[in-house]
Amino acid sequence: MLGLNKKDTMFLLIVIALTMATPFLMQPFSEGSALAQFNGGYPDLMAKVAIFGIFAIGFNILFGLTGYLSFGHAAFLGVGSYSAVWMFKILSLNVFPAIILAVIMAGLFSLVIGYISLRRSGIYFSILTLAMAEMSFRLAYSVFTPLTNGETGLQVRPSDVQLLDGPNAPEYPNIFGLLISDSYKWEVAGHVFTFNVGFYFCAVIAIIAFYISLRIFRSPFGMMLRAVKSNQNRMSYTGLNPRPYTLAAFVISGMYAGLAGGLLAVMDPLAGAERMQWTASGEVVIMTILGGAGTLLGPVLGAGAIKYLENIFSKINETVLHDWFAFLPDSIEDVVVFILSRFTGHGWALTLGLMFMLVVTFLPGGLVEGGKRFFGMFKRKPKEPDDAEHHPETPPHVAE
Amino acid sequence: MGILEVKGINKRFGGLQALGDVNLSVVENTVHALIGPNGAGKSTLLNVLVGKLAPDSGSVLFDGKSVLGRKPHEINQMGISRVFQTPEIFGDLSVIENMMIPCFARRDGSYRMHAFETVGSEKGIIEDAETMLSDVNMLEKRDMHAASLSRGDKRRLEMAMCLVQQPRLLLLDEPTAGMARADTNNTIELLKHIRDSRDITMVIIEHDMNVVFSLAERITVLAQGTPLVEDTPDNIKGHPKVQEAYLGETAVD
Ligand SMILES: Nc1ncnc2c1ncn2[C@@H]1O[C@H](COP(=O)(O)OP(=O)(O)OP(=O)(O)O)[C@@H](O)[C@H]1O
Ligand SMILES: [Mg+2]
Repeated sequence: MLGLNKKDTMFLLIVIALTMATPFLMQPFSEGSALAQFNGGYPDLMAKVAIFGIFAIGFNILFGLTGYLSFGHAAFLGVGSYSAVWMFKILSLNVFPAIILAVIMAGLFSLVIGYISLRRSGIYFSILTLAMAEMSFRLAYSVFTPLTNGETGLQVRPSDVQLLDGPNAPEYPNIFGLLISDSYKWEVAGHVFTFNVGFYFCAVIAIIAFYISLRIFRSPFGMMLRAVKSNQNRMSYTGLNPRPYTLAAFVISGMYAGLAGGLLAVMDPLAGAERMQWTASGEVVIMTILGGAGTLLGPVLGAGAIKYLENIFSKINETVLHDWFAFLPDSIEDVVVFILSRFTGHGWALTLGLMFMLVVTFLPGGLVEGGKRFFGMFKRKPKEPDDAEHHPETPPHVAE
Repeated sequence: MGILEVKGINKRFGGLQALGDVNLSVVENTVHALIGPNGAGKSTLLNVLVGKLAPDSGSVLFDGKSVLGRKPHEINQMGISRVFQTPEIFGDLSVIENMMIPCFARRDGSYRMHAFETVGSEKGIIEDAETMLSDVNMLEKRDMHAASLSRGDKRRLEMAMCLVQQPRLLLLDEPTAGMARADTNNTIELLKHIRDSRDITMVIIEHDMNVVFSLAERITVLAQGTPLVEDTPDNIKGHPKVQEAYLGETAVD
């Protein structure tokens, strides 16, 4: 089906089913129960998982397949957001022109940055991308303030004239009139499930993005990208020019980033330059490696895990911790809360860092490898020969 | 005029004259061996031919067209393939994928973005790759990780990757080094078969004289970056200068 073999079709169907069921999967605890704070089924968070999933899927086409580690992909995310908001301001609050322009602009932008950065490989490539993304970030605050509105950020204002929208058109992002922010809440047996237009819009696009990545992985083009990572010398002496292949991968991943940026603006029509900062570029690297670089599902798992945990951990402040440990004698309680609070709330980054260290050290193939090992314990069957997506014995190598 | 004409090539590495005024003419559809002691500059000469190194002076014509200044992939697309002294293969890919890549390069040129086809649907390419693999007796290793092959198998794989491109000129840098006796003999048979069944010119660097004398029609002896003599195998065997410079201790059977 759809140009996929049986196994991949099954794979895709499972991914679709899981994505569509996210409002249930991320809301396992009933309202009012002690565990309700671990629920993650709000539209905002679920959409973020889908959006950053797209970002990481695209990033993985570059990093996972060709091995080129970009530290500047947030720049394309930012370009996508700005482009989308501009469309909202001047053309229409319909989401389609916005995300289409986001993808096109990010594609053009990544073509320029990729063309320059890909003159080098390995660590020099990484540094070049980092430098250029930082430059874009700074420029957004200075030279380009007419386009970016500087530190305030770009917003949709009532005074904006949406040229294509009629007088009765909605004043918020919408899909041909259907508001992105519309939700349907379903209460059943103490559980509250939220089905949000914005989330499902992002989810459908994420599935398309995943499907395209699956096709690329299985294509001769994808094989060439893996050849770039494996041995560029052999490639050249076999009559293939590695440069356009890498550039194509770079632009594709840039367009994915732009799409993600556009969708961020769809969920919340506001764009700020902090989206382009190097920490944001680092985040997608961490997502991809944490989930499993070079695997199909890894980036999505990485994005999901990080966005979910970020949300949960950030909510655990000292008051919550004191509540949890109230049963301890006061002096011990204070110590425990003091230590744990370094890792929660604003200290969430510390937990993420630890998690990343542990995964990279003990599970170089990321969560996907962890999953395979876990399920491998129950199977006595000898290991199947590797297929294209899994290379557990080659850890994601950062140099080159 | 030969299909490959090398004229007055010089290459220095700092104080070392790696190639000094090298002239070489290779006749089309022959096997030409390049022999000489370690460090003679044999691999360096091949590096110049495939665009890995730029010489300080001189010219290289392949089929009447200049090779110098072109990129390695362009030179390969002109019809020159090379087997390296240390195998250059795609270690992270499977054996069959290693074979398919040169097939794609031959069919589609140096770049094509076939992102919406599937590898599995490229029946013709897979067939070519498998046929070549079975020619080198490696079909049963089709799905192995190339990095996990033995050294001899890596060499055979690399040779198969070059042969499947159907190059007009094949450059072989010590193709049997590190191979077991039986594999060496198989390789000789394979190269003989290729030589006799296709229009192909080969330049072969080899230390194993058994291989050289089984295959070559002309032999050039290189010493300290300069061609010493060029002649037929029979004349080379008895040549006093060659005995002295190269074969000295390891007298030929
Ligand atoms: N890139 C380089 N930089 C500096 N010196 C080099 C380089 N490549 C080769 N040389 C030197 O040039 C000389 C010729 O080397 P080359 O590899 O061509 O020898 P060879 O005839 O292939 O020897 P062998 O039989 O050992 O393979 C050697 O002294 C080598 O050290
Ligand atoms: Mg050599």
